Amino acid sequence: MSSDNALPIHIGGLTKKYGDLYALDSVDLDIKSGEFLTLLGPSGSGKTTLLMAIAGFNRPDSGSIRFDNQEMILTPPHRREVGMVFQSYALFPHMSVAENIAFPLKLRKVSAAETNQRVEEALHTVQLDGLGSRNIDQLSGGQRQRVALARAFVFRPRILLMDEPLSALDKKLRERMQIELKQLHRQLGVTTVYVTHDQREALTMSDRIAVINHGRLAQVDTPTSIYNRPANAFVADFIGESTMLPLEHRPDHQLTFGDQFVATVPDDNPDSQWLLVIRPERLLVADDSQGNTAAAITFGGIVKEAVFQGDSAFVLIAIDNADDIAVRFSTGSASAMANLQAGDAIAVGLLKDDIIIIPREAG
Amino acid sequence: MRWWNKPASDTQITHGKRLWLYIVATIIMLLLVIPTFIVIPMSFSNSQYLEFPPEVWSTRWYEEYFGSAKWMRATVVSLKIGVLTMLVATPLGTMAAYALFVSGHRAARAVFVLLITPMIVPVILIAIGTFYAYGRMGLNNTITGLVLAHTALATPLVMIVITAALRSYDLNQERVARSLGATRLQAFFAITLPQIRFSVITCALLSFLTSFDEVIVAIFVSGGTTATLTKHMFSALRDFIDPTIAAISTIMVLVSTVLLLITQRIGANGKTER
Amino acid sequence: MAAAKPGAMQNANALKRQQSREQWSLLSLALPALLVIVLVILIPVGWLFYLSFLGGEGQFSLEHYQKMLKYKSYARTFITTFQVSILTTGICILIGYPLAYFLAQLPNRIAGFFMLTVLLPFWTSLLVRTYAWLVLLQRKGILNDFAIQIGLWDSPIKLVHNMTGTLIGMAHIMLPFLVLPLYNAMKKIDRDLMQAASNLGATPSRAFWQIYFPLSMPGMVAGSLIVFVLCLGFYVTPAVLGGGRVIMVATQITAILENQFDWGAASALGVVLLIATVLVLVVASRVFKLDAALFGKGS
Repeated sequence: MSSDNALPIHIGGLTKKYGDLYALDSVDLDIKSGEFLTLLGPSGSGKTTLLMAIAGFNRPDSGSIRFDNQEMILTPPHRREVGMVFQSYALFPHMSVAENIAFPLKLRKVSAAETNQRVEEALHTVQLDGLGSRNIDQLSGGQRQRVALARAFVFRPRILLMDEPLSALDKKLRERMQIELKQLHRQLGVTTVYVTHDQREALTMSDRIAVINHGRLAQVDTPTSIYNRPANAFVADFIGESTMLPLEHRPDHQLTFGDQFVATVPDDNPDSQWLLVIRPERLLVADDSQGNTAAAITFGGIVKEAVFQGDSAFVLIAIDNADDIAVRFSTGSASAMANLQAGDAIAVGLLKDDIIIIPREAG
Repeated sequence: MRWWNKPASDTQITHGKRLWLYIVATIIMLLLVIPTFIVIPMSFSNSQYLEFPPEVWSTRWYEEYFGSAKWMRATVVSLKIGVLTMLVATPLGTMAAYALFVSGHRAARAVFVLLITPMIVPVILIAIGTFYAYGRMGLNNTITGLVLAHTALATPLVMIVITAALRSYDLNQERVARSLGATRLQAFFAITLPQIRFSVITCALLSFLTSFDEVIVAIFVSGGTTATLTKHMFSALRDFIDPTIAAISTIMVLVSTVLLLITQRIGANGKTER
Repeated sequence: MAAAKPGAMQNANALKRQQSREQWSLLSLALPALLVIVLVILIPVGWLFYLSFLGGEGQFSLEHYQKMLKYKSYARTFITTFQVSILTTGICILIGYPLAYFLAQLPNRIAGFFMLTVLLPFWTSLLVRTYAWLVLLQRKGILNDFAIQIGLWDSPIKLVHNMTGTLIGMAHIMLPFLVLPLYNAMKKIDRDLMQAASNLGATPSRAFWQIYFPLSMPGMVAGSLIVFVLCLGFYVTPAVLGGGRVIMVATQITAILENQFDWGAASALGVVLLIATVLVLVVASRVFKLDAALFGKGS
């Protein structure tokens, strides 16, 4: 499984308790060699605890962390050979940029000539050529970020860990760095575990996303699957916008909304309850001039509010016997929805492929 | 006098209206500093009595001091104990402060409180207590005994200064260093220590002064050939006023001033380097 | 609750062992300092405690404490001690508050310079400063000369070897201990608050008394407490400037040891002093909730 550049990580039964609270509740997770995996969750969900456990800074109560089948859970951080980027960057202010990057090489007793060469290469990789002699306080936020990154990969670790590395940057720079990090990952090929609370960032960058809540994995999947097929209400709610409507579970294993058939479910539990997840941008106008009748389910209602947001329009529709439905229309000049106003009657619908159902959890 | 009517604070009060504050503050500052420096001109008087300003200037009392075997021996003892205290208290206090700061252990706070008890227990009690205990342990009139006692007095200061320094320091730097391959020890010496070095130097100077200026424990625990400068000064003060003390005091004031200016200097450097 | 999966407790024991090993090795760094404190503070003070309960024949006895209640001289000593401590603390507050306020209002750069006037005495031997006051305050000293010259009084007044001299010297020595924490507290007061108050129409003095003063209280309480506690056990300055007329607890302890060599009596006095000190600290930190203010003092 392991390659020259990357190691797979197996996490099994990882548990960490603080008092009565589970920061990690028996977490099982396999991270593939060379994969870019994001740990996504709200603050306090346990995502950073998990990352710190992989790095060796947080000692779990029990469980197993293996790098390519080698048990690492008792190995001290300095022998795990893991590159790490902290949220605060934690650059060494009493050292120059080059000295910061050379630090791990010095510890490994790399020769001076090779150190210089590798520092130069690393600087080049993060596009900081010629800045090696700068002091840390002469750098901008984005440059600091790059130095922290270069320092983390210069010793060629086969695992790279990042703890919200972009959260201190402004929006524009953050978006550019997301692309750059992604490119860097492709270039290095190293197994990367990335922590963020920003679902957009996770969707943009990851090969796979592990959504964490209350110390448990809520879902682990590719960004498209996570978005299109959320496994539960937490994931559906946390990632992207959504409206969730309760469905009726009929004795013939059919789920219905009002009179409309939504889906069939396996018959193992006739009492199970289900929700319909509606992504706002997947809703279509059900009976516009083009005669769009492909919708599998339609919702008729009254526009409660219509807000123009530049690239799209956000519309809230009040329907009978259920919560309001949020809809997002693109605002092209051809859009029929350009002039919607509160009080207008409207019908919207979902295509068959856009129907998402999830089990309703107790409580 | 336009400055006069300018707002002086966030409440827009003018400098003119706060003149009283400036006058009061100036008087207080003068009262603070003058008694510290008044000994300097007096030490250069020729008179047996302490007069100011001196009628005849002379270096008589300095000659007296430098020519006296008793004063010289006491000075050497004080310097020796001061330096030894500095060398012991600084690493001991720094180690303890670091350990208690980094460890999340429940006992850490209790140990911290225990280590700063010398600040709470009245020094007179420490003095007679050590005098009694040292009597049983054979540590009275020894350099070791005094260095130990002064180390105990200096350690809380070191702990407080170092803990404050660690508070304003990002411990993630040490973690990063460890993830990059450094052991805890390597990380401390390569990353943490260089960044709190100004505080460590300040602690060293403070420890030295704590010992060098210490009177009460020295009165009880030191004696004979290990009597400290302060012990001799105290008896000289209580019994009769020997102007030699003015000369010694001048030297002590100068030492304190120089050490203080050094800490201010490195403090300023420390800020710009960060 | 965690679902009990097979192997869920994997490595649990090894991890626990590693955890406690690491914590002990960390705590052991504090061990040398702890040993010194135990040797120099805890054992000797504990020993005194023990001695204070020993009678003439080495039996358990409360005689030393009973003596304290019986003889008026002890009561007088304690009254004097508290008198001096309270007065010194009061003088320090009266003088120290305006000074700290003045320093806190200055721009940092200039404040640093004026701060030297507080730090310099702080760093100077208290013996030297006590000596300086002895010289300044004596009958033919500068202060008397100056006062007569400008006509404040006609003939030399006795300013030293009495309570006046003691208080002057003590206040001078204690002032930095009050000003430094007070200054730190004042520096932390959000300047926008005062600006907001004046924008809302508060007069400067109203803004000061209703906002600034209450916010500076934690620093003042911490500073006053430090001063008060230090005063309780002070020895050198009262001994020199009091000239035998201001007998504080520390002075009496020394006198008992020097004249009667009575360890029991001296220890008992010391124990009461320690208990008084701890009581003051505990009560004050309960009342003012100032663990942090005391222990976060800094240099």
